[in-house]
Amino acid sequence: MSGNGTTPVIEVNGLVKKFGDKTVVDHFDISVPKGAIYGFLGPNGSGKTTTIRMLCGLLTPDAGSGTCLGYDILRQSDNIKEHVGYMTQKFSLYEDLTIRENLDFMARMYRVKDRKRKVDAALEDLGLANRSHQQAGELSGGWKQRLALAACLLHQPDLLLLDEPTAGVDPKARRDFWDEIRRLSDDGVTVLVSTHYMDEAIQCDNIAYIAYGKKLIDGPARKIPEMVGLATWRVEGPDLAELATQLHGKDGIEQVARFGSALHVSGMDAQKLEAAIKPFLKDKRYTWKQQPAGLEEVFIHLMSGSTDNFAAGQEAA
Amino acid sequence: MALSSSRFLAILMKEFIQMRRDRMTFAMMIVIPIVQLMLFGFAINSDPRHLPTLVEVHDTGPFTRGFLAAMQTSTYFDIRGTVANSTEVDRALKTGEATFVVTIPEDFERDIVRGEKPALLVAADASDPATSGSASAALSVLAANTVNNLAIGPLSYLAGTQDAFSVIAHQRYNPAARTSYNIVPGLLAIIISMTMVMITAIAIVRESERGTMETLLSTPARAPEVMLGKIIPYVLIGYVQTCVFFILAFWVFSVPFAGPVAPFLLGLNIFIIVNLALGFLFSTVARNQMQAMQMSFFYLLPSILLSGFMFPFAAMPGWAQVLGTLLPSTHFMRVIRKIMLKGADLSDIVPDLRALLIILVAVSVLAMLRYKRTLD
Ligand SMILES: Nc1ncnc2c1ncn2[C@@H]1O[C@H](COP(=O)(O)OP(=O)(O)OP(=O)(O)O)[C@@H](O)[C@H]1O
Ligand SMILES: [Mg+2]
Repeated sequence: MSGNGTTPVIEVNGLVKKFGDKTVVDHFDISVPKGAIYGFLGPNGSGKTTTIRMLCGLLTPDAGSGTCLGYDILRQSDNIKEHVGYMTQKFSLYEDLTIRENLDFMARMYRVKDRKRKVDAALEDLGLANRSHQQAGELSGGWKQRLALAACLLHQPDLLLLDEPTAGVDPKARRDFWDEIRRLSDDGVTVLVSTHYMDEAIQCDNIAYIAYGKKLIDGPARKIPEMVGLATWRVEGPDLAELATQLHGKDGIEQVARFGSALHVSGMDAQKLEAAIKPFLKDKRYTWKQQPAGLEEVFIHLMSGSTDNFAAGQEAA
Repeated sequence: MALSSSRFLAILMKEFIQMRRDRMTFAMMIVIPIVQLMLFGFAINSDPRHLPTLVEVHDTGPFTRGFLAAMQTSTYFDIRGTVANSTEVDRALKTGEATFVVTIPEDFERDIVRGEKPALLVAADASDPATSGSASAALSVLAANTVNNLAIGPLSYLAGTQDAFSVIAHQRYNPAARTSYNIVPGLLAIIISMTMVMITAIAIVRESERGTMETLLSTPARAPEVMLGKIIPYVLIGYVQTCVFFILAFWVFSVPFAGPVAPFLLGLNIFIIVNLALGFLFSTVARNQMQAMQMSFFYLLPSILLSGFMFPFAAMPGWAQVLGTLLPSTHFMRVIRKIMLKGADLSDIVPDLRALLIILVAVSVLAMLRYKRTLD
């Protein structure tokens, strides 16, 4: 969160990408300040990967313009590529090369100075120093992700584009991973990271939410629930499963989600929600408490219940 | 922005490592030339032996017996029996029962002794010139030897005459029989056209299919760096193939190498690189390895048919010559035949080298323009 005031690292307007006659990214704007960790969320197939690829020059936008690290995304993708670390969603290093050979390859591609030492250091950090002669294809999924991250960090990029970097990574490694991202961000590296994990979304400074190729919400992570305006009640007590079925489908209740030993009951219309809950308040076995919606129920809400609204919006455009 | 030797080197080394680990492909690159050379080399054997032969005898005597015995011992011919008349001769040749029919004319012996120089007729099935060619060529030598062996005693006056009787070899179906020394040197051009094009054709689509293209494209690599890095390692394979080729060409087929080595190597290098560049061009068009392979085979066909490998270039129709001129193998075919068989020097192959270089430049430029730097 070190960035403010200075020119944004990513500044794009009206990006459009079509595959055939299908618009996959529809007038996408984003402005990412330097040093920020920007979370990029959205359901499967919403256009996250496509957007990231346009930012680093891997796909040519059909419309729109903008800059990335001060370079024009349409004409200066060579310059952009020099300073961006892009971690692909699907492992795309060479499976028939060893871990060390892969790192060495990437270091050479980015003309890294003091290559051997940097590769050694990366292997040491990864904890793969003693397995460096193993072929990358033999690594488990989680280790491949960690290798891929190390590979895109070798040339000390100013901007990291990470496409679901922690998919399939165990919790401990995920924590280490985010500590690393936070450290990089503190050093002034800007990070745009797509994810499906709420606990990761919460760690971002800013969040952009995209569905059907359109950006629906964009703002500081803490303000997202407020921006969505979801009302939530928390209820604790016995037999929550039974209670959940009773609550489901009541007018005004759009979502009932279990959180540990409680249920979170949410709806967009606070009055209707309260009216729907009123009959249940009499049951003294349960304790009800109104509370501000958390990021997590907001995103469950965005990804499930309201997709129809967005599909309608998509057609209108 | 400037090209980087570091990136070129990165790709070069990566390709080297992958090439080394891909044992199957590597083995194929060695086995294909051997198999091709053996198949083409033996199937189109320059020196076939024991060809089925029939005789139509209208006279007998020492010269007839001597000549037929000489034919048999030459091992080119295997005399299987006799035929009665020319209708049977035609039938035997048509059905393939005999490759040769020797006709001993009436009064053959008498005419020799009288010095009237009779002609002995040999009808050959030359529909496959490589089969009948060298055997036919041996006939007049056999005739001269026969006369010399029998020119003793009263007939010693025949000894000096080269043409006590002559052999008229009638090449049926294909009068212009070609020596098959042409085949083996030309095979080098075909082997390289086939394998070099194929190996780079799959090089890029393989990256796309494995998903590694995304990483490669996300780096700042430029088209020439990628192209050179992907081509150079396979030049080595071309060298290995050339060595395998020459070992077999010398030892198994005893093909001579008449000319100087340096101009040949120059031509060889250009030709290998042209084919690798062409494969690279194909791989910028193909969507998967299957298509890349199909394109390589599609290219191989005209390389065999229109390059002068199978049929004499000069005898091809105009449009075929135009197409043939566009093919690198046509020009290398000339280089290798001129040098290996005719002992040509650098100055003799300049036009061919020039043509190869023009094709190289054209293919490279096209390939680099086609090479996409995005995933679109
Ligand atoms: N090369 C392509 N050709 C055609 N359609 C494509 C191509 N790449 C992506 N798409 C389509 O574009 C849409 C967006 O895909 P994209 O990969 O950007 O989604 P995503 O948000 O990254 O999804 P996920 O969370 O599953 O990774 C999808 O409907 C996908 O089918
Ligand atoms: Mg994706």
